[in-house]
Amino acid sequence: MYTRKNQRDLTRTEKRRLVDAILKIKRSGRYDDFVAMHREYYVMDTENRSRPAHMTPSFFPWHRRYLLEFERALQAVDPGVSVPYWDWTQDRSTTSSLWAEDFLGGNGRPGDRRVMTGPFAYDAGNWKVGTGITDQNWLTRNFGRPGRDPVSLPTADDVARALKDPVYDTEPWNSVSTEGFRNRIEGWGIHRVRPVANHNRVHQWVGGPMAGAASPEDPVFWLHHSFIDLLWDRWRKAHPKAAYVPGRKPDAPGRERRHVFGLDDPMPPWNVTPRALLDHSKVYRYA
Amino acid sequence: MPQLTRRHALGAAAATALTGLALGGLVQTAGATSDPGATGHEHPDGHAGHGGPQPFSETFQGRRIEGAPSHGDAHHGGYAVRIDGEELHVMRNADSTWVSVINHYETFTTPRAVARAAVIELQGARLVPLA
Repeated sequence: MYTRKNQRDLTRTEKRRLVDAILKIKRSGRYDDFVAMHREYYVMDTENRSRPAHMTPSFFPWHRRYLLEFERALQAVDPGVSVPYWDWTQDRSTTSSLWAEDFLGGNGRPGDRRVMTGPFAYDAGNWKVGTGITDQNWLTRNFGRPGRDPVSLPTADDVARALKDPVYDTEPWNSVSTEGFRNRIEGWGIHRVRPVANHNRVHQWVGGPMAGAASPEDPVFWLHHSFIDLLWDRWRKAHPKAAYVPGRKPDAPGRERRHVFGLDDPMPPWNVTPRALLDHSKVYRYA
Repeated sequence: MPQLTRRHALGAAAATALTGLALGGLVQTAGATSDPGATGHEHPDGHAGHGGPQPFSETFQGRRIEGAPSHGDAHHGGYAVRIDGEELHVMRNADSTWVSVINHYETFTTPRAVARAAVIELQGARLVPLA
């Protein structure tokens, strides 16, 4: 049993150990396996195949397990580290300690958006991105996407509205589910209905690889998803009688049923069910 | 590894798309400098009349962007987009909007808007071949 802390509460030593562990698994090649896995599991809801990770009810349990795998990889090199969370409703500044030289480094520079500070700056020699998508290997960020089409971070009110929804997810169990906690937090914009929100909007706000399919190229991915995981906890506490849906296969027939994962359907690549991931209290807790 | 299998399949689809571009003829379009946010007037299904968006080919911020129907791979929503000749992996959502591998968490009403947004995001970087 270990604790996942708010990133703003990490000590200088905790930050250093986390960064060192991330750099170690980057060097070994293990980190890039996680990036590849995220790209592989980005299945769209118009594809005729199973969809465990995005645009789907199992968005929360799939990413819970994905984070646990990442955390285990970190703990294999330093058993004392865990994945902290970034509460972007609180730490909203581009100069938050999250983005400091001793942690994730700052925004990209004007012009080419290249990150120039911190341990993940290309010039520091330890962090190469882009393999498989572009020929540019430096980490980029573009906080808030100033100019043409700016993006703001979601607010505490945005999150509160999603947490109020008493239903976990609804048909058609995809990116156009207008009701339900899952898609309110995953945050798909729905054409002519509502704009991009919460989880998706944070990816947009950071920019660079975080805005694309290879988003784990930026280590802030894990801190963002740690907070998303915590929001699932908060929703479950707020609605103790509400269940993960869809339930067993016969309970929820429908067009999408073949592609989404019910409570007892094993999810690839680990063959673990959403049910097995509902309660993490024996593994970690949030502080 | 599944990744290799899928990228192999994407390579085949890209080849199909290229044939499609060569044989199908390209519609030259005006307004090459308008921004991708200003595409709300375009219907998500385009104007092709048979459920898919029309082909396009234009220079946007100094880069050649092209799009055309492709029937090789459902993952693309039956449509292929290229930037300076390299395929931009695009996908269609349930509400008929589009995303790409570069802008994966927001949706666009047309493949052309996806291509323009990717050009802006790429800041001059080149896409690497999918296969």
